[in-house]
Amino acid sequence: MAEKPIGSIQRIVGPLVEAKGVTSAQMLELVYVGDERLVGEIIRINHDVAHIQVYEDTTGIRPGEPVYGSGMPLSLELGPGLIGTVYDGIQRPLEVLEAESGSFISRGINISALSRTKKWQFKPVLKLNDTVTPGLVIGTVQETSLIEHKVLVPPDIEGTITNIASAGEYPVDKVIATIKTKTGVKELPMFHRWPVRIGRPHKGKEELSIPLITGQRVIDTLFPIPKGGTVAVPGGFGTGKTMVQQALAKWCDADIIIFIGCGERGNEITDVLNEFPELIDPRTGKALMERSIIIANTSNMPVAAREASIYTGITMAEYYRDMGYNVAIMADSTSRWAEALRELSGRMEEMPADEGFPAYLPTRLAGFYERAGRVTNLAGTPGSVTVIGSVSPPGGDFSEPVTQHTKRFVRAFWALDRQLANARHYPSISWLDSYSEYVDEIAPWWEKNVDPEWRSLRNEIMELLQQESKLQQVVKLVGPDVLPDTQRLVLDTATYFKNAFLQQNAFDKIDMYSVVAKQVKMLRIILTFYHSGLKLIKKGATLVKIKQLPILSEMAKMKFSVANEEVEKLDDLLDRMRKTFSELELTYG
Amino acid sequence: MDKTSSLLAKREYNTVTGLDGPLLFIENIHNVGYNELVSLTDPQGKERLGTVLEAADGMAVIQVFEGTMGLSLKDTRVRFSGVPLQLGVSKDMLGRVFDGIGRPLDKLPAPMAVERRDINGQPINPSARDYPQKFIQTGISAIDGMNTLIRGQKLPIFSGSGLAHNKLAAQIARQAKILGEDSSFAVVFAAMGIKYDVAEYFIRNFEETGALENVVLFLNLADDPPIERLVTPRVALTCAEHLAFDHGMHVLVVMTDMSNYCESLREIATIRGDIPSRKGYPGYLYSDLASIFERAGIIKGKAGSITQMPILTMPNDDITHPVPDLTGFITEGQIVLERDLSRRGIYPPIAGLPSLSRLMKDGIGKGMTREDHPHLASQLFAAYSRVKDVRALASVIGEEELTPIDHTYLDFGKHFEDRFLSQREDENRDIDTTLDIGWQVLSSLPKDELYRMTEEEIQKFYGK
Repeated sequence: MAEKPIGSIQRIVGPLVEAKGVTSAQMLELVYVGDERLVGEIIRINHDVAHIQVYEDTTGIRPGEPVYGSGMPLSLELGPGLIGTVYDGIQRPLEVLEAESGSFISRGINISALSRTKKWQFKPVLKLNDTVTPGLVIGTVQETSLIEHKVLVPPDIEGTITNIASAGEYPVDKVIATIKTKTGVKELPMFHRWPVRIGRPHKGKEELSIPLITGQRVIDTLFPIPKGGTVAVPGGFGTGKTMVQQALAKWCDADIIIFIGCGERGNEITDVLNEFPELIDPRTGKALMERSIIIANTSNMPVAAREASIYTGITMAEYYRDMGYNVAIMADSTSRWAEALRELSGRMEEMPADEGFPAYLPTRLAGFYERAGRVTNLAGTPGSVTVIGSVSPPGGDFSEPVTQHTKRFVRAFWALDRQLANARHYPSISWLDSYSEYVDEIAPWWEKNVDPEWRSLRNEIMELLQQESKLQQVVKLVGPDVLPDTQRLVLDTATYFKNAFLQQNAFDKIDMYSVVAKQVKMLRIILTFYHSGLKLIKKGATLVKIKQLPILSEMAKMKFSVANEEVEKLDDLLDRMRKTFSELELTYG
Repeated sequence: MDKTSSLLAKREYNTVTGLDGPLLFIENIHNVGYNELVSLTDPQGKERLGTVLEAADGMAVIQVFEGTMGLSLKDTRVRFSGVPLQLGVSKDMLGRVFDGIGRPLDKLPAPMAVERRDINGQPINPSARDYPQKFIQTGISAIDGMNTLIRGQKLPIFSGSGLAHNKLAAQIARQAKILGEDSSFAVVFAAMGIKYDVAEYFIRNFEETGALENVVLFLNLADDPPIERLVTPRVALTCAEHLAFDHGMHVLVVMTDMSNYCESLREIATIRGDIPSRKGYPGYLYSDLASIFERAGIIKGKAGSITQMPILTMPNDDITHPVPDLTGFITEGQIVLERDLSRRGIYPPIAGLPSLSRLMKDGIGKGMTREDHPHLASQLFAAYSRVKDVRALASVIGEEELTPIDHTYLDFGKHFEDRFLSQREDENRDIDTTLDIGWQVLSSLPKDELYRMTEEEIQKFYGK
């Protein structure tokens, strides 16, 4: 990287540094600040003064020290070796950092994101004299036991191959292909650089019709999202945001998971780091770490790097999307990112809008969420990036700017509810405040692959939940006794549904993940209980009598007792339930 | 670096151009670094300390810890040290009392420092952390049973003025121990803007139990300069890090009262003209608090640990106020004290539902506490949550109208509060006792209400 002095420091305020005498810098150029060469980025140029946000602690930096330019924007190294690595917000591998500087992160350490010593088994796909266009697969590398890494022609290169490496073991920086382009000969190593703030190009966006299966019943059945969709998960502290994010990271059926711990707790990242290598993905039988990248910028790490971390994450996601993978990124939490934006904006003395956030907050949020989607990549294969962003509204108040603006750019919303969390009902996703605009687009998939009646079953239970919430208001005023049995049956059905279906124990071996077939069958059983119960009551039976049926306790425990491999047991339960009810019905003529 | 700093130390300026609250503006200076330590000589010849808040070509903004009262533009001399504010650390600090920036208050000479450290510390590399999962027994049922404290955790107490947070913190500091281990334990106590008698209460408490030789106290009292409060927790944590990671001690850091700390931060931010976000607090309050709370934890390959118990009083008991709110987002749970319980004479008045320990799940259960602990805690939460609903209902329709099962829950609620929650200030319950009491109160409910327990657990413990 060509580094040259471009100016000298004139002022330091926290993470913001002003440099004077800067004539040849670009906007958003990556720079090195001071004698210690702290990493920073130019965010404003005013005459010959450049404003730089510094990604490391600026203690001890003095006016007059030099600033070095790199000639390029903040970029990532994209190549084999990303999977299974833990990075900070500006793609420094934390494990290597630990080996270099010990348990605490010190400053001014510059290490490459991808190991230069590790060798990868490269298999060429293209041949000599092949014409290449951007995004084409030059060759492949088995990155982990799960992921075949495709070495791509970078998006800005096209021409004819004049040289290509034969199959063999190479480090990432070894030139594996030479390409003659209109502007000269380009040598391609196994990795390339891409600026984090620019979305990678693709051929076009596709329809979002394939659900992202998460194994979490409240999500898959009530508020599903598609591969390539966007969802916000808002909730005050202690409402289980991180639990939801982690459950998704563990169980969702994306090929690659990128987990961004943005301004969150250090111990949570450690938890992820401990669990992921040990947790086995139920679909592949391999450790989850074999398909995950973790970006950790905890709350005490520099604030500017926190701002960069979500771009780092989404750029990596796009890179794997371009290889044809389905990628899911979990950003926990976008509020911390917005706060980083606010902090930097404040230091730059910009005019604040709502609650001190800069006026460009919605633009930035939109820019981030719009990088999600299911696309045809440059090579013509499908790939997707799904974004699951958690939001931490201050005081749990959803009317604050970050939640409100986020709502404009996502199409699904999983509102976490404090009362549910207090009662330890997890996942604490509220069935009344949440929504998914994707239901209609996803329904055909469910109807084709799982159950033709999926949509009507789902709508029916949603309606019952609505009814129940209205009835609850009555109960709050006058108690349940005054309600007729038909209405109390609605209350009871909803209670069964909440306890036996919506509530899911993340630590129970069977319950932590439910296959789609199990979800629909469980739902059908609960609705059958409702219909049969209603019929009986109309014929004169009492609810008390119905509730004494022993089969109900089987229904209440079916989530624990029926494993994913034996869902046909639920058919048996359904049959027996129908039979029990019709036998009872006979007694009422 | 060292050479320049020793040169700089000799440089003295008297070019102060402005004074505003605790801030001092100075011009015509050279080579001053951001966050550098500054010493000033006031017109009376007394020494004061400060740090550089903003450094620019030829000028700097300095915050003065002791305040600017009595300073004048002409007669104030300013020296830059070339290094950030540091604390000389050593194991001899145990048993001593210091002021808010680490100078001895007990009339003894300063302990011999083995090393001088930047009080701002450095962030722990997340991949160097060890995940906290060792149970700390506090002897308090509401905590051990339902909001278990884990070694390396940061678990704040959210209180209100007039509630028993000091009593509770002192009881925890006295009783906390790790089962089956006999490792050295220390308490670092940081007081920010609290009253003299409160500080005295803690000191007396430590003295009575003979624990004082394992305690380090940093006291910034209510009448000390508020700006000093901004460094007190950092000084305390620097000391704690030394004890934990260099001497392998298990350190419990009690910091009280974080609300005062935040007030001071707001004060400085306002004077500097920072753009306020909520309730006048600066936008960086979250990052600032995180730089304190994230210093808790365990590091791989090192013997010691830092567990934090910050105490804050929620203004007007409002948990959505920015201070408790942002704290809750950083810490791993919270112990919330409830005025209603306190009014009814229940000690400790730990609110059942809003309290939470996030790290509890990995530190309890078979091999750690007891196999029935996770389900028991979950069942207690669920049942107590139902109690709250029933009470709300009863206040509308009257107790007579309740169903029989609702009445059972009311009884359970009473048992729970009187027997499980309540305990004496000197009562140290071991975990088995806590869990047994938990079962006793649960046994006032019929068996089929215990839907979060397994059959085996009910068989083994119900009604015993």
